[in-house]
Amino acid sequence: MKLTGAQALIKSLEMEQVEVMFGLPGGAILPVYDPIIESTIRHILVRHEQGAGHMAEGYAHATGRPGVAMVTSGPAATNIVTPLCDAYMDSIPLVCVTGQVARSAIGTDAFQECDTTGITMAVTKHNWLVTDAQDIPQVVAEAFHVATTGRPGPVLIDLPKDVSNATMDWYWPNGVDLPGYKPTTRGHPRMIREAARLIASAQRPVIYAGGGILKARAAEALRALVDDTGIPVVTTLMARGAFPDDHPMCLGMPGMHGNYTAVTAMQKADLLIALGSRFDDRVTGKVSAFAPEAKVVHVDIDPAELGKVRRPDVPIVGDCRLVIEELVAAVRQQTEPEPVPDRGPWIDQIRQWQRQYPLAYDRNPPDGVLKPQFVVESLRDATPDDTIVVAGVGQHQMWTSQYWRFNHPYTWVNSGGLGTMGFAVPAAIGAKVGRPDRTVWAVDGDGCFQMTAQELVTASAERIPVKIAILNNAYLGMVRQWQEMFYDERYSEVYLSPDLPDYVKWADAMGCVGLRVEAPEEVGPAIDKANEIDDRPVVIDFRTDSSEKVFPMVPAGGSNDDIVVDPAHGEGGR
Amino acid sequence: MAPAKGNQPRHHILSVTVENRAGVLARVAGLFSRRGYNIYSLAVAPTDDERFSRITIVVDVESSPLEQVTKQLFKLINVVKISELDPAEATERELVLATVRAEPKSRGEVIELVQVFEGRIVDVGYDQLTVMLAGAPSKLDDFEDLMRSYGIVELQRTGRVALPKLERQAPRLRSVSGAVG
Repeated sequence: MKLTGAQALIKSLEMEQVEVMFGLPGGAILPVYDPIIESTIRHILVRHEQGAGHMAEGYAHATGRPGVAMVTSGPAATNIVTPLCDAYMDSIPLVCVTGQVARSAIGTDAFQECDTTGITMAVTKHNWLVTDAQDIPQVVAEAFHVATTGRPGPVLIDLPKDVSNATMDWYWPNGVDLPGYKPTTRGHPRMIREAARLIASAQRPVIYAGGGILKARAAEALRALVDDTGIPVVTTLMARGAFPDDHPMCLGMPGMHGNYTAVTAMQKADLLIALGSRFDDRVTGKVSAFAPEAKVVHVDIDPAELGKVRRPDVPIVGDCRLVIEELVAAVRQQTEPEPVPDRGPWIDQIRQWQRQYPLAYDRNPPDGVLKPQFVVESLRDATPDDTIVVAGVGQHQMWTSQYWRFNHPYTWVNSGGLGTMGFAVPAAIGAKVGRPDRTVWAVDGDGCFQMTAQELVTASAERIPVKIAILNNAYLGMVRQWQEMFYDERYSEVYLSPDLPDYVKWADAMGCVGLRVEAPEEVGPAIDKANEIDDRPVVIDFRTDSSEKVFPMVPAGGSNDDIVVDPAHGEGGR
Repeated sequence: MAPAKGNQPRHHILSVTVENRAGVLARVAGLFSRRGYNIYSLAVAPTDDERFSRITIVVDVESSPLEQVTKQLFKLINVVKISELDPAEATERELVLATVRAEPKSRGEVIELVQVFEGRIVDVGYDQLTVMLAGAPSKLDDFEDLMRSYGIVELQRTGRVALPKLERQAPRLRSVSGAVG
């Protein structure tokens, strides 16, 4: 069967069971947009290519399936670099197709030409410049294989226009041939036994669960490990929901804005069992002072993560789910003959920290201002337990991670590694496309919202009823917090002004329902109203207290021993 | 900018087998520059198997960051194999082409030195000679030092290639008791 390269590309995507793709056409990708008309694949037309990338990420976060984005050459390709980098940092499977100028024009500075594979080399797991239409099915199959196996990540296929127009003989490859790519999935048996031995003898162990748990579909395995061993678990920003917050052994989020118990339990631990977590600087604080007494068991599918920041005592390369299952079996074998040491004092100590330093904010502010934490709690309590929650980056992201209770995996979507402002609106749209049965709430900051709000036009046009809660404090809040704490309250270029723009009018203009909330008593009714609307996006502009800060906090570069808790715990509370 | 002599522990040779595809060298080199490491020498060419090329990279770096670079390098999809060759356990060779000044009065001395170093004169000009010399990099360094006094007009080195040194002794015979039955 003779096909054009463009037809072969679309057919290849269909062979990969792609249901939906996010994109925006243009000159160099035009041939590929033509066969989309006959395709079973739903195409969602975005307003900016960055939106296409983040939507594909949100889709991948929520479904576990690779997100697909397709855009044209030049500026379109550069616009999608941010989502690619975001997906690279957070190990999100993404397949991005970019148009390229014709092969004869490559290297001539042709209109809308750019060296896309060169630019994206550093922010993709791999990329391909296709030079022969006959290669298209093979490249697509390789791209999906690379994106979704091992440590997942974004890949990019750059497709010159003349290659799209050329004809090829259709085939579908019956495998991929990548001699340099063979991820290790099974843990080394000796290392597993060694880890089980450490687990069995530790007195103050903590499981340090990272986003890799979710990537490996390992939430159930983790649950089994905890139920067998009674070891408490911290869930990093990327792992929120990987272990249920309502489980008694869940300590919540560690790190710069983690809660006191999670941070301190790691600091005092004698064993850290790091599962799919990468010792990010936002978790460790000052590395040399991080968990000084702890031995480390580190499980990761990416060998480069083992020893990158902290040298593990027991390194295990493998798929988190398989390795945890192997660990569970090894621990069962181990603990049957000899009893586990008494961890009662350790658990008692943890319970004491939890009682002494719960997350806190001023629930009865004297002037009746709206506290952002109260908004998050109200949203949490008024929406279904399995609601998918999406955040941008900044204070609102931290409050949402802290105050929501994530009891199910794949309900928390956020930009952890790159910290991409403007992530929430498009990612929420992608998540809702992937899980139309779920309620999707984005909690966004006003600064973030202004970066990608135009994608709500996409949501309205495509009837994707996401809900956006803007925690509008009129500031770039996290920057303001740092200027207040570390720059003597010299507020340089962080004030956004509360009246420009009018978010309600803006939402209306984009085809959404816009609501405004200025006082605590209006919060509940507005959320209820938003939850009832299911035929279009809703935006609520919550006017929140701009002086509110995120606590606890470990100052950047500081030791986790120096965690500062909320002033609500009393003066100088530590 | 030769690696400082007497600084041997920091000198590492990586022998990297990669798929023979467009852009692989850029990926490999880019990874070093992204992580802030300077490549001292780099040589790349196809191997006996046309599907693969071998890149020999010499870096001057501490061992622990090199381990991270090596692991990152191995994440590249087109990288098939990486071996680190211990400089003491490797045969290293490099080739230099040098155009040196050789006035009629000093020409004899230059030719003599080239012969001592087992080099060859590959081009002869009115007052210059172009010399080719292949050998261990330290030998090339010595030759370069000697030629400098006559005047080096142009010089191009290839970057080094290396293979592990061969076993000197026959492997010990294994006990046969376990092999029977």
